Amino acid sequence: MGHGILLSGGADIDFMIHGVFSYKLFGQTVWITTTHICILIVLLVLMAFGIAVRRTMKHATEVPGTFQNIAELIVEKLDGMIHASMGRNAVKFANYIGTVFIFILISNISGLFGLRPPTADYGVTFPLGVMTFTLIFYNKLKYQKVSGFIKGLCDPWPIWAPINIIGDIAVPISLSLRLFANVLSGTVMMALIYGLLSKIAIIWPAALHVYFDLFSGAIQTYVFCMLTMTYVNDAIEG
Amino acid sequence: MNFDSNFILGCSAIGAGLAVIAGIGPGVGQGIAAGHAAAAVGRNPGAKSDITSTMLLGQAVAETTGLYGLLIAMLLLFVKPLLP
Repeated sequence: MGHGILLSGGADIDFMIHGVFSYKLFGQTVWITTTHICILIVLLVLMAFGIAVRRTMKHATEVPGTFQNIAELIVEKLDGMIHASMGRNAVKFANYIGTVFIFILISNISGLFGLRPPTADYGVTFPLGVMTFTLIFYNKLKYQKVSGFIKGLCDPWPIWAPINIIGDIAVPISLSLRLFANVLSGTVMMALIYGLLSKIAIIWPAALHVYFDLFSGAIQTYVFCMLTMTYVNDAIEG
Repeated sequence: MNFDSNFILGCSAIGAGLAVIAGIGPGVGQGIAAGHAAAAVGRNPGAKSDITSTMLLGQAVAETTGLYGLLIAMLLLFVKPLLP
């Protein structure tokens, strides 16, 4: 692929997931891929940040220093966002939404640091969608009981139940596909630019990085968390 | 009928090109959303931040259909499901 294309410096276009090594588990070959490694790096960074914040918060001062200020700002912004869209249910879900928000955000912008974004793998975003689905389902059953759940399924008339079921199942799929396809398209774009225009890709790809990695990643993170909150809130309020 | 793999790959490329035409819809929709958001900011400049976040949320949701087309194109080009 890629030979004979103008301006190509011979670099190959590479945005696929690669297997790093494989092992046998119950007779099946299981691959450790670049996604695992990138996710591990992201998690290590987040853990280091969390430990640093915890250490700072143990000796928290009345007048915050720089690092304490940053940590407080992040928590305040997340709390504000969650309270604005969930109202009185916010306290219960602030932890989960905040965690997911930070994880997806760091995953999306890890493309800036030369990693392959873990969210550009459907195996990462689909579990996130399934978690949202589980939250919706669980809260619907918990707060509206079985009768309310069945009533919600037969919304206008009982004959609409199959359509409502399809609509419910479509939620995690569309949520995860949206996040996956957005990050993947950014990754593919950058790979194409670095692969096909490698001779003239000097400084200007930085602007594209700002759009595809920072802007798009942040928007998609916001959208994922916002939709999760809206769906869960709807499930609770009925 | 028997087709060789080059023919199937070529047809897959044409299909991928046709699939990304799906990008027209979200483009028009996002433009309409941005235009209405601009009109709303003009009418009520105080609510600019709320309008902007609502607009971005709506645009990102509207973008999904275009991304499905992109996914189909990606599958056709790189996963090659039609090759025997």
